[in-house]
Amino acid sequence: MELFKKILIANRGEIAVRIIRACRELGIKTVAVYSEADRDALHVKLADEAICIGPANPGQSYLNITAILSAADVTDAEAIHPGYGFLSENAQFAEACVNSGIVFIGPAPENIKIGGDKAKARQILKRKGIPVVPGSDGPVNTDEACIKIVKKIGLPIIFKASAGGGGRGMRIVNEEKDIEQAFFMAQREALAAFGNGELYIEKYFPKVRHIEVQILADKQGNIIHLGERDCTIQRRHQKLIEEAPSPVLNEKLRKKIGEYAVKAAKALKFRNIGTFEFIVDDELNPYFIEINTRVQVEHPVTEEITDIDIIKEQIKLAKGYPLSFKQPQIKFRGHAIECRINAEDPEKFIPSPGIVEFLYLPGGPGIRVDSYLYQGCKVSPYYDSLVAKIIAKGTNRQEAINRMKRALQETVIKGIQTNIPLFLKLLEHPDFIKGKFFTDFVQTMNNNDKS
Amino acid sequence: MEIKEIKEIISFLKDTDVTELNIEREGFKIRIKRGYIYGPIEITKTVKPSEETVKPSHVVEIQEQEELLHTVTSPLVGTFYRASSPEAAPFVEVGTRVEKGQVLCIIEAMKIMNEIESDVSGIVKKILVENGQPVEYGEPLFLIEVA
Repeated sequence: MELFKKILIANRGEIAVRIIRACRELGIKTVAVYSEADRDALHVKLADEAICIGPANPGQSYLNITAILSAADVTDAEAIHPGYGFLSENAQFAEACVNSGIVFIGPAPENIKIGGDKAKARQILKRKGIPVVPGSDGPVNTDEACIKIVKKIGLPIIFKASAGGGGRGMRIVNEEKDIEQAFFMAQREALAAFGNGELYIEKYFPKVRHIEVQILADKQGNIIHLGERDCTIQRRHQKLIEEAPSPVLNEKLRKKIGEYAVKAAKALKFRNIGTFEFIVDDELNPYFIEINTRVQVEHPVTEEITDIDIIKEQIKLAKGYPLSFKQPQIKFRGHAIECRINAEDPEKFIPSPGIVEFLYLPGGPGIRVDSYLYQGCKVSPYYDSLVAKIIAKGTNRQEAINRMKRALQETVIKGIQTNIPLFLKLLEHPDFIKGKFFTDFVQTMNNNDKS
Repeated sequence: MEIKEIKEIISFLKDTDVTELNIEREGFKIRIKRGYIYGPIEITKTVKPSEETVKPSHVVEIQEQEELLHTVTSPLVGTFYRASSPEAAPFVEVGTRVEKGQVLCIIEAMKIMNEIESDVSGIVKKILVENGQPVEYGEPLFLIEVA
């Protein structure tokens, strides 16, 4: 079976560049789509063909289903890779691709739907014997129902939006008297942000780690995992540092979480690639939280320790190739860390768009950079502030940390501000080096600095 | 054409609303404009110019004109069609006078035919894309002299 001849990449930035690179190596022609603001962007320059699909506003360009399908049509692209964000987890888009005779490089529309309905996913997987965070069995519709659940699981709790993501539409409640108000506030927020006010309840654990498992699944029904990524270092639910393997999991727990993820994926008849996210409490109990039905920003750390190119596998799986390895063949070598370099003020965390006047990206042993930057390029105010991902690999965690520090010190990006100073501080912190941290680490570190 | 005849035409025009008149015949061209202080009469002999003199001036003329012309751009990605069906006549040709809101072409996107209307009234001066050609968002399609 021959792979695709031509793929359209319905995205921008570093992930569009990453996908073009994989296509090049597979001998597949690429079509870039771009908004008027991205006319000179790197993905446009690197692709074999490029088509302007609309104005800067993403709603009229990168989220414009008709324009993207039409671009695929006029360029005779056989498949569309959606990257992450934008239309990547839009089941309607995946269905529209199928209806237009274009292969959607991602999970099946049913998989995307269940990933977007977090209350239902919890409910299904709980019944399949996967541990989920204690909370409501499906959505909660009234404040009375909330109080009943709280009586059972105790405080604190967190309200989450069924259709939520990216840290929005969440509300933590510490005292019983606040439940009613928080419920209505979260409902309104969810409605405003996602057009769907459905909420569910989870017990809130203040001290948790965020662990996720990468899944690969072929159309024949074979499912394997590529181990975990530890994404505990976050700020306001936005991941900053990811690493693989996790510094806290022991072999037994690693195996157990991997098996949960595969079991969950099988229960949902999952296809292509995806990530099953868990939280792990301070006593190392894992609980499933949600599914990501797309390639993730932090996929390179897994690639670095498994020597598997996830994007290439994703393309082959979308074509219908069976998995080329079985679970026992997956071996983990060394340790990898990724820092997400954002164009933002390192103190105030506000975005810092502009022109990159001078650029020096790091290299040397064990360093990988996935970025859309070039000297003279524009960092647009219209889109995500992620400009580069620096990935450091070492034979062990300490070597990876040392390499990352060295790489960050080499990096020069002039014209825009970046969060590199924050990473240098984090990587020096004794608790980070010991692997002793939870999701509140960055917040706590910043608060301690101020006091 | 004799000077007498030209004088007659001019005096005839005085009593009309016509402000400009062009007459072209074998070997000569006359252009009469009214309401100007300078040079109301222009008579140019058309001699066959040599290739090298006409080309650069022609290019300059077009460029100058294009700057003054209104560009109609594609509002979407798709395939450009000049007519409603392969058998039908094109909506417009070079020289067609169009009114604001008049259909200029069709852009097919995902099997849907989108009629593209002129956003100005004027004369179609140039059609910049070929029938059946793919076009992207913002791609120039027509040049129209606003009038």
